[in-house]
Amino acid sequence: MSALKLTDICVALDGTPVLDRVNLNLGTGEFVSLLGPSGAGKSTLFRLMTGDLVADRGTILLDGAPLDDGMTPFAFMPQRDALMPWRRVLDNLTLGLEVQGVSRTAARAKVLPLLGEFGLKGYAQHYPAQLSGGMRQRAALLRTVVQDRPVQLLDEPFGALDALTRVGMQRWLEARWRAARWTTLLITHDVREAVALSDRIYVLSRKPARVIAEFLLPHPRPRFQPDADADLVGLEAEILQTLLAQTGD
Amino acid sequence: MRIDRPHSAGARVQTALPALLSVLAAFAVWEAYVRLSGISALVLPAPSRVIDQMILHRALLWQNTLPTLQATLIGFSCSMLVAFTFSIVIDFLPRLRRALFPIFVISQTLPLVAIAPLVVLWFGFELTPKILLVALVTFFPMLVALVDGYASTDRDIEALLRSMGASRKTIFVRARLPSALPYFFAGLRISITYAVVAAIFAEYVGARAGLGIVILNAKNSFRPDLMLAAVVISSLLTLTLFAATAILQTIMLRWREAGARSGGST
Repeated sequence: MSALKLTDICVALDGTPVLDRVNLNLGTGEFVSLLGPSGAGKSTLFRLMTGDLVADRGTILLDGAPLDDGMTPFAFMPQRDALMPWRRVLDNLTLGLEVQGVSRTAARAKVLPLLGEFGLKGYAQHYPAQLSGGMRQRAALLRTVVQDRPVQLLDEPFGALDALTRVGMQRWLEARWRAARWTTLLITHDVREAVALSDRIYVLSRKPARVIAEFLLPHPRPRFQPDADADLVGLEAEILQTLLAQTGD
Repeated sequence: MRIDRPHSAGARVQTALPALLSVLAAFAVWEAYVRLSGISALVLPAPSRVIDQMILHRALLWQNTLPTLQATLIGFSCSMLVAFTFSIVIDFLPRLRRALFPIFVISQTLPLVAIAPLVVLWFGFELTPKILLVALVTFFPMLVALVDGYASTDRDIEALLRSMGASRKTIFVRARLPSALPYFFAGLRISITYAVVAAIFAEYVGARAGLGIVILNAKNSFRPDLMLAAVVISSLLTLTLFAATAILQTIMLRWREAGARSGGST
């Protein structure tokens, strides 16, 4: 039984087909990554789920039932952190809860105990501009997960970070995920990141995007030394080959 | 990395010093010219004489500053309220923008010399025509600032709010309005400098009291020294209002200061 099931999704933007019969499955507590060439329509898929777009065809089922209008089962973390510069960190973190109608006191009570885990202790009263890139991403992720939605959508959350910070953040996210088991869909074009974090990887073709490969990763975690596992090294190479075949140059 | 900013009183004086010196130098040149050339005070009075007049006629100047200040503040508040209301309406009904903006732009092309006497003719010598003229002059810059400010909202932040299930109204209140604040203050600072001038001009055309009336009477009785005294007062009035908006901006936009001071350091 999958928590989220996308069937035959087709979307055209301004007459150009962007998604072409996309099928995805996401089990409860599963970490799934979407890999694809840039501009393949990965973000379009997220816009579809967050209600920004309507599919021309296809169905999205959540726990077997179609999505109703006004339903927001997804907590979304955009590519750039989208922290509001005029709100203090704490007020940014409670934003989703506030929009849901949770009182400010209750929202704060829920967020404050999590600050330590997310490396933000002592920064609640700072403004986002006073945080480092890694801290901003952790804040954006905390803002996402406190919403308690059935599915987390992460759109290249570490794309804007420098290489060293990115690796640190991936390890940190993996540890957090193993503790909490959020049902997570991650967009990335970093193969190593996908292999390290995912239970399953979908590879999309170039535009119009279709699912051209699906990889299962039952390998033991953590997997941050892929060289230690010959199987993972081979898998990483295979995924990279599949992707490179799509870039067409 | 911290960028040093003038916080102590000493540092503030140091920042203001060049401006202060250049103003003083200009007045010194003016004073010297009047004294050396022996030009009549009926043509060009020296700064010292203007200051003497200000002290001598302080009661008169004060009595006439209050109506000008009143007209400026009421006119400006009305204009701000109307600009804000229209900006929200336009934001929610974008089609109205195309219908209304041409009218607003035309309102800015009307020469004040012609409009002011007409407005006085229609609304009399009381407060109403002054409020209308101040509003006419200041309304458009503030409306444009607000509309541009809303448009500057980060699309990612809006997408994020939509993903949280936020309504159009919530998105406006939580994202578009705060995004417009820096723009709003830029418009406010420009408008407030126009506001005093507009109020004085409205008085000049027809009023019972006000700095405009002082200037008119002084002109009619060939008293350039008293005219300049009123000019200095109106200038000080504008500077005070400008400073007030700057202080308000610093309080309302604390987050920008915080960002600039830390310089995005890690």
